Order: sequence, then C-alpha cells, then structure tokens
Amino acid sequence: MADVQIMTGNSAAAIAVKLSHVQVVAAYPITPSTSIPETLSQYIESGELKAEFIRVESEHSALTVCISASTVGARVFTATSSHGLLYMHEQLHWAAGSRLPIVLCCANRGVGAPWSIFNDQQDSIAQRDTGWIQIYCRNNQEIIDTVIQAYRIAEEVYIPVMVCYDGFVLSHTMMPVEIPDADMVSDFLPPYKPHTIVSPENPKNINPVIFPWRRLNAEGVLCDGYMEMRYKLQKALDDARDVIISTSRTYADVFGRDHGGMLWTYKTEDAEIILAGIGSVASEATVAADTLRDEGIRAGVVGIRVFRPFPKEEVKEVFKQANAILVFEKDISYGYEGALCADIKAAFYGTGIKAPVHNYIAGLGGRDVKAREIAEATRASLDEIASGHTEPKTIWLNCHTG
Amino acid sequence: MEKKDDNISAMCGPAIGEAGKTGDWRDMKPVHDPSKCIPSIKKKAACFLCWLYCPEGVIKATIPIEIDFEYCKGCGVCAEECPAKAITMVQEGEKNG
Repeated sequence: MADVQIMTGNSAAAIAVKLSHVQVVAAYPITPSTSIPETLSQYIESGELKAEFIRVESEHSALTVCISASTVGARVFTATSSHGLLYMHEQLHWAAGSRLPIVLCCANRGVGAPWSIFNDQQDSIAQRDTGWIQIYCRNNQEIIDTVIQAYRIAEEVYIPVMVCYDGFVLSHTMMPVEIPDADMVSDFLPPYKPHTIVSPENPKNINPVIFPWRRLNAEGVLCDGYMEMRYKLQKALDDARDVIISTSRTYADVFGRDHGGMLWTYKTEDAEIILAGIGSVASEATVAADTLRDEGIRAGVVGIRVFRPFPKEEVKEVFKQANAILVFEKDISYGYEGALCADIKAAFYGTGIKAPVHNYIAGLGGRDVKAREIAEATRASLDEIASGHTEPKTIWLNCHTG
Repeated sequence: MEKKDDNISAMCGPAIGEAGKTGDWRDMKPVHDPSKCIPSIKKKAACFLCWLYCPEGVIKATIPIEIDFEYCKGCGVCAEECPAKAITMVQEGEKNG
C-alpha cells in the first residue's frame, strides 16, 4: 500500500535526499530552508542515512565542501535560500564549470534590501546564468519526486541541478505526499560515477588556468581553451532537455507520477487565454482558470517547470493557439521586465505567435497572490486588449504606489 | 594526428610546465652572487631561504644554487628574502640580465 504522509515541502526534500543515498551533506541554516539540513542531521545522527554532515561557517563553504566531495566521487546535497544562495554565487559557477552533479534545494525567498524572509523567486532567478539546471516545483509531492529525478539527471549529464520551490508557500505548508518505495528509488538511481576518477594513485590538477587558446599540455595532448570548455557546458545544457524529459517519463512509468518534463499545462488544448508562471503561482493560476471558465472565458495555464535549459520548443508549441498571454511571476529583471516573460517572448521570435503578452510582477516579498486576484487581473487585461491596446505591458499586481 | 583531450572539466596530470614555459613572462631576472651566498661561503648546506621561499620551486638547494630560468617568473621573492643580499633583480636584457 502506498505510504502517504502529511508533510511540509522541506520534509519532502529531506526524505528524498535520504532515499537518494546522499553521502555528504553540507549546509548552513537560513530561513526558510533551515529545516531541510536540520532533518537531515537527525537522519545522519540516528544512522537512518549513512552520510557525513559537514558543518560549515557559511553557504560559500557549504557549496565548496559539496564541490570537493563530489569531485572525489560522493553524492552530495546542500540546501539554502535567498542571501545564502547569493553568497554561494561564485561557487555555483565553479560547480557547473567543473561539471559536478550536485543537487541543491532552494526554498525561494525574497532578497534584501530591505530585509524579507518571505517568498518570491528573485534569489534563484538571479542565478539563472550560472550554468545550473533549474527545476521549479508546484507542490510537495513534486518536490520529493523531483529531488530524486534531479540526481539521475545531474549524474547523467554532469550538470548541477537546483530544485527550487516557494518558501513557506511550499517549504512550510503541509500536504499529503506519497513517499516512494526505498528499493524502487535505489533501482531508479544507480550509484554515482564521477566523470574523472581522482585518487592518490591518479592525482589531478583540477581547474588549472586555462588560456584563451587551445594548447598542448605537458604530455602533448591538445587541451581545450576556455571557450571550448564553456561551449561544452552550453551544449550539455541544450542536450539535457532530452534527459530531463526521459527521466520524467521513466519516473512516471516506475512510480506512476508525471509532473511534466520541461513544462506542464492545464486546460490549454482549447484555451484562448493562457496564464503562465513558475512554481506555486502557476498552480494558483489553475484555480483562476477554472473560475474564468465558469464565466465563459476559455483560460488555460502553462507552468514552466524547467527554467534552464529553457523549454524553447515546448513554449513555441503550447502558446500557438493563444489570443492573449499573461505571465505572472515572482521576480523582476530590474530595468526591463520579468525574466520569464522576456524568455517566453524571445522564444516566439520567428514564429507566427503574435498574441499580446501582459507581464504581471506579483507576490514579491511574500505578498499573497490569490486565485481571484489572478482572475481579476486576467479580466482587466482582456478588457484592455479588447479595447485595442495590444502592446506588451508590465503590471505590478496589487502594488499601491503613486 | 595529435591526441585530443576529451575531459568535460579542466584537469591535467601533475607535470612540469602545464601552463607553458612561464619563464618568458619574466621582466626582472634574479642574478646570484656566490661570493655573498652563505652556503657557497661556508661550503655546506645552510640558509637556502631562496629555495624555501621560491613560490615556483625553480631554485635548487645546491652549492652554488641553481635557478631554472625556463620557469622563473622573476617575482623577486628570493632577492627579498636573501639575508646576505646575494641575489639582485636586474632588468631582463640589461647588464648581467
């Protein structure tokens, strides 16, 4: 019988880490991710998880420990939020450049100044260009399943994976979660094989200075220059798309749950209006879509599950029929617009998609985004578009200034 | 055909000269005067602070000392540390340089 328990998103993440037989955990506590390493340290102390918990003085060191342990062949995990993730920023680049399959959970939280402990996605969206795969979850079941998938994806493509989910909205909210069978997870997740075996018998100089040009090393082997190394990372991220999709499908075959590969859709088949978002805000939009449908407005929802690599091909396909597109997101690329909206519009370039796109910046610093507010915003956008205003527009939802 | 490295991350085995002959980065050159050098004067292993402090490991603790100019970058640490002032830094290409 299925083992269903009521738990928080952070508990779901910690259980997934245990089921994935992680060998080294290094983390520094920060709200709202703190209870993940807390729970893991209990598992390790009790012997439930045979791993080493390495205490560090900062998030920068936490990820550095993970980089070192992963380099010598350990499956590693860390978790953080907000300023902790920002403090890891440098090491995020090192992890991706070293092609280490590290999995990091980010319980999304707003970024100072001013201080906020509450949810938005500015922290991880701001890490977009570090070379990590970013997967966003919409409920606690998806968190437990995605962390397990993340190890399989990371270890196949040798790219670190950030599993992101909304702080408090998911991290501290309890909901029913089916816990996958431990033996089935072990079968799904073969042991980690590092891309290079580093040992006392096979010492390596790791990440030496790489010159702009390709060159022969001391043994006469032609080595990549910096650009070749970086191109390999970009190509690996492009190729990761197929692995993410196939991993999601295989997981669905084994465990019976499919959260979508690169993105998920809700009632988009006949939708004239498509609401799009990342994580729990997109989940909330499905409730709004039902309300709108009751009023005769054919609304659907697209949830972007994987933000990097960006699901360009899927985006071109799912928005094809839409007459209007509304992107709700909990981040802002200051001086332009929401990061997701910009990417969605860029994917449309050269296609026949000409629908007006409205970008709603919503829920920054934990401000509630209610389904009825999403529905109201949709009605307002549709009225505006109907009256002939079809230009792209960025609107700050529920923001009372001026 | 030359062998190609297919590493996905930058790694190499430990070897001399992975970054090429770094001696050609040198602007100032250390010039050694055995008549002032402690081991040379005492004719026994002593001092060798130049050998100890050289960040590139290009100085041999022999009598007299030997400097590998293929890899010496000319940082001047040896001259700075020498208690007997037996090493002086000279512009490359100038007298004794």
